Amino acid sequence: MSGVFSSTRAKISERTLRTDRWWLQPAITVAVLASFIVYATFRAFEAKNYFAEPLISPFYSPCLTARCPEGASLLGHPFGTIAIFGMAISPALLILIFPLGFRMTCYYYRKAYYRSFWQSPPACAVAEPHSTYTGETKAPLILQNGHRWFFFAGLVFNVILSIDAILAFRNAQGQWGHMSVGTLVLLTNATLLWLYSASCHTCRHTIGGRLKHFSKHPLRYKLWTWVSILNHKHANFAWISLFGVALADVYVRFVAAGSITNFYFF
Amino acid sequence: MSAIKKMVKLRIWRGDAKDGALQDVEVEANEGEVVLDIIHRVQATQMSDLAVRWNCKAGKCGSCSMEINGKPRLACMTRMNMFEEGETITVTPLRAFPVIRDLVTDVSFNYKKAMEIPAFEGPKDLKPGEYRMQQVDVERSQEFRKCIECFLCQDTCHVIRDHEENKKSFAGPRFFIRIAELDMHPLDTLRNRKQTAQTEHGLGMCNITKCCTEVCPEHIRITDNAIIPMKERVVDVKYDPIRWLGSKISKREGIV
Repeated sequence: MSGVFSSTRAKISERTLRTDRWWLQPAITVAVLASFIVYATFRAFEAKNYFAEPLISPFYSPCLTARCPEGASLLGHPFGTIAIFGMAISPALLILIFPLGFRMTCYYYRKAYYRSFWQSPPACAVAEPHSTYTGETKAPLILQNGHRWFFFAGLVFNVILSIDAILAFRNAQGQWGHMSVGTLVLLTNATLLWLYSASCHTCRHTIGGRLKHFSKHPLRYKLWTWVSILNHKHANFAWISLFGVALADVYVRFVAAGSITNFYFF
Repeated sequence: MSAIKKMVKLRIWRGDAKDGALQDVEVEANEGEVVLDIIHRVQATQMSDLAVRWNCKAGKCGSCSMEINGKPRLACMTRMNMFEEGETITVTPLRAFPVIRDLVTDVSFNYKKAMEIPAFEGPKDLKPGEYRMQQVDVERSQEFRKCIECFLCQDTCHVIRDHEENKKSFAGPRFFIRIAELDMHPLDTLRNRKQTAQTEHGLGMCNITKCCTEVCPEHIRITDNAIIPMKERVVDVKYDPIRWLGSKISKREGIV
């Protein structure tokens, strides 16, 4: 017997004596994250209805294979056609590892899924079901230390998705000076992603947190204080930006499928 | 004006390392009281040999740490009016440490861990009294100096709470803030705190589930301001070849 049931600890048979609904938060986290994973997987493999001039789904941007329609390929077709067992793979599968890796190694999401999916622990002062624990000291979890590489990759994606939002100030014929609901959707998505990245703990460290003497670096200190303010809300930005990406994709999908019309303000 | 009195139900764990059980008791409570007041009344009226550790009754000494309705808390800072009318309040000793008797546990694990952290090492060319620092450089470390060593963070940390065997290799959140305090200190010159945080004090065992932050009565942002920054500093010296190489070429500040 280990943990709270060890021989030297107070003899209490319950794994927790908490009386509040401690299970609710992990249950909600599982439901929401699992729903997103199912939807994102479906969309990544669907490989259609992701582009409706001038809108492109964030799941498919940048679109890098020869399958991408004209106008969706901001960076050309550097990968040509990649086929597995004779089937051309979805362009989304080439790029999703980067935003996925950024979120998987994110310090906030780690808390969320360690608690909810792995129950390590399910909630504070609630005994976990595992008999051994090595944390993030061994493979594969030691790879969580690579969060910064995904952070930098995420910044590249933020730039690309911001360009997508700017390109959405055109109409379906490619003329500039127009604005639609889709423009707002892509702008909101890009803004939320920037806030999520800017509030990241790695960003906070890189911008100034690693310094020993703030007094020698006044500009970096100022930036660090701003990022620290955002960092307080990192969990909120993590969730809101996740919904933002999913909703932006849903909107583009509906427009591309012809289910709704992208309303133009001007 | 007379204070409002009512009867409250408590379940208090009584026993020692060999055996023990929760015992029900009903006791009077007055308006404005905290759980420690009620425990003292139980001690005065019904259980004269009830063992409980306490001192300042002001949330500053860290002595009266216990678990109240399963949550690690200071009994002197837990107001009775936060409980529902008629609710039974369960009080137990800290469940991460060996019990001595009733609500008193042996927290010596923490003092052993404290001794394993190398102390502050000031610049060799300065004598005590000659240290000069700017406020902006010490304010991060000052947050961690608010720690009252109640060890609630240590108690709730699942790395040792749920795995006794990890106590050998894991210092715990209270000592990660100590390491962070020193590593961020503008005049500390010890150069290997980041490496030893990972290799000797078990920083990599922490999976940042933030329970330490949730229970801290001083509201120190242990995870965001100490543990995660230390994890990032460890990445600088152990897992980031580019930054490590850069530090060798240009002696970049902070990466030692």
